[in-house]
Amino acid sequence: MFGVCHHCAGGCRAGTACADRDDRGVEQVSTVSTRQTWKSRFGDRSGYGMVLPYAIFFLVFVAYPLAFSLLLVFHRWNIVTPMEWIGLKNFSRLFQDPLFYASLWNTLVFLLLHIPAQVIVALGFALLLNGRLRGRGFFRAIYFLPVVVSGVVVTILWQQLYAYDNGLLNGMLTAIGLGRVPWLVDPHVAMPAIAVMATWKNVGIYIVLFLAGLQTIPTEVYDAASVDGASPFRQFRHITLPMLQPTMIVIVVLSTIGGFSLFIEPYVLTGGGPMQSTLSGMLYIYNQGFYFNHMGYAATLGFVYAVIILLIVLVQRRVLGKEEAA
Amino acid sequence: MKTTLRYLVLTVGAVVFAYPFLWMIAGSFKPEMEITGFGLWSPNFSLHAYDMVLGKIPLGRAFLNSCIVSGATTASVVLFGSMVGYALARLRFLGSKAVFTLLLFTMMVPFQLVLIPQYILMVKLGLTDTYIGMIAPTMMSAFSIILFRQFFMAIPQGFIDAARLDGAGDLTILFRVIWPLSRPVIITVAILTFMTSWNEVLWPMLVVRERTLMTMPQIVTIFTIGGESEAHLGSLLAAATLLALPVIAAYAFFQRYFIESMASSGIKG
Repeated sequence: MFGVCHHCAGGCRAGTACADRDDRGVEQVSTVSTRQTWKSRFGDRSGYGMVLPYAIFFLVFVAYPLAFSLLLVFHRWNIVTPMEWIGLKNFSRLFQDPLFYASLWNTLVFLLLHIPAQVIVALGFALLLNGRLRGRGFFRAIYFLPVVVSGVVVTILWQQLYAYDNGLLNGMLTAIGLGRVPWLVDPHVAMPAIAVMATWKNVGIYIVLFLAGLQTIPTEVYDAASVDGASPFRQFRHITLPMLQPTMIVIVVLSTIGGFSLFIEPYVLTGGGPMQSTLSGMLYIYNQGFYFNHMGYAATLGFVYAVIILLIVLVQRRVLGKEEAA
Repeated sequence: MKTTLRYLVLTVGAVVFAYPFLWMIAGSFKPEMEITGFGLWSPNFSLHAYDMVLGKIPLGRAFLNSCIVSGATTASVVLFGSMVGYALARLRFLGSKAVFTLLLFTMMVPFQLVLIPQYILMVKLGLTDTYIGMIAPTMMSAFSIILFRQFFMAIPQGFIDAARLDGAGDLTILFRVIWPLSRPVIITVAILTFMTSWNEVLWPMLVVRERTLMTMPQIVTIFTIGGESEAHLGSLLAAATLLALPVIAAYAFFQRYFIESMASSGIKG
């Protein structure tokens, strides 16, 4: 029941003053003819034309896959032979599958190491870079370098850093008289090693986000606190941290979603081993779907993982508060 | 004293983030025996490792493929994204709110959920081993549309009014009036899309098995794990260097925009 005013793209209603003209002092009543029935009912026809490509895209690449995935979880299928309805068997298999639990556990281990490390390192560097400082742009640019480079490059690099015999890290350890660490061979060390690598790769983004967050805190607040005799630590605890809360939530949510898509690092570096200790959720879905051609089961894994991701993000938002802008 | 300490930590950090790349580039020119040391310099620099990689995998072709896929994806995301963004920000039509809700919903759908059905769709449509198969699912981005919408809403109505008085249609207004005013958001979306697309590995690995169609990260991944490098470290580093250099060069050139676009969007690459 709204008309369309060409002066403000329909922001006003038919028969009322068009607010957008106020600044020019020309109050103009929009003149939408009631005879233009199509227009008064649906609005700008060109809007539909412009949204149409997206609508098609949405139907084909979002709605259809979602619907099809709901169908797939009830089937056994290898793409070649016809689909076979098996009811809830994919789910009962999943809940008895030690590799599913291993992949979920590995992903959680990764997140529990990666997220705190990321927040602490990023916040630390952001605090160092905040305020008056020569070469701030230079440092920021260097820390950001791993972010823009392909994960494959980073993985090849860290493969050499983590190599047992002649790797750089073990070279450093032996140089100061310590023993070698079997970084990618020990099942207890491999996932933490990948978490360290992922933190190194991504922390640049979060440094930049924290820096942006720090710059929104007015300096007067600190000045007032200093006058009241608050120590730098108290200022950090009671001003900086609370003011950074929205940034913190964005970072935790983003690294959770990113952590669940961990794929190329274990795929290249360890292939999911040793002893499945770096088999991530995404890698397991990939193996089931494209290595064994278990499409129904892979879709079920994807479905269960999606539910877990949404639940975790929901809980994080509840616990940490509402984010202002993502 | 405090400032010195601050610079010291920042410099150590810079070394930790930058040195591995320098080591990689230097190593790709070193003879095999000399690579596994800390140093960067060698008197025996040669292009041997590059000869080896280029002889084994079609990296030139892969570079071209990556340019095609990332270029087309970026052009499509900017073109269609700005159209939808404009329609949602500036036009009123029945259902525009529903479209916006669908966008927000799309952003919440985890990739894990649609990965398998999207692949099956490509198989059914016969789009595996084609450029379109690689490009199609990333041709539009809900996130970019929302960025465009946000930016377009802040453009003063006067510009649009003036164009309308001159008889311009919506497409003319979008491309001739809005676009020139929207350089920041266009650059942001273009950089984010191009970088994500250039570095994407999982999707190309699923839909493309034909070597002549593979993208750069894909073929380097296969070179790394497929045994073709024959444990020759120099050629691995050379492949990694060739894969990293285009992005590092683009980054050096557009550095400010890269960082700003990440900061303004808060998205993970």
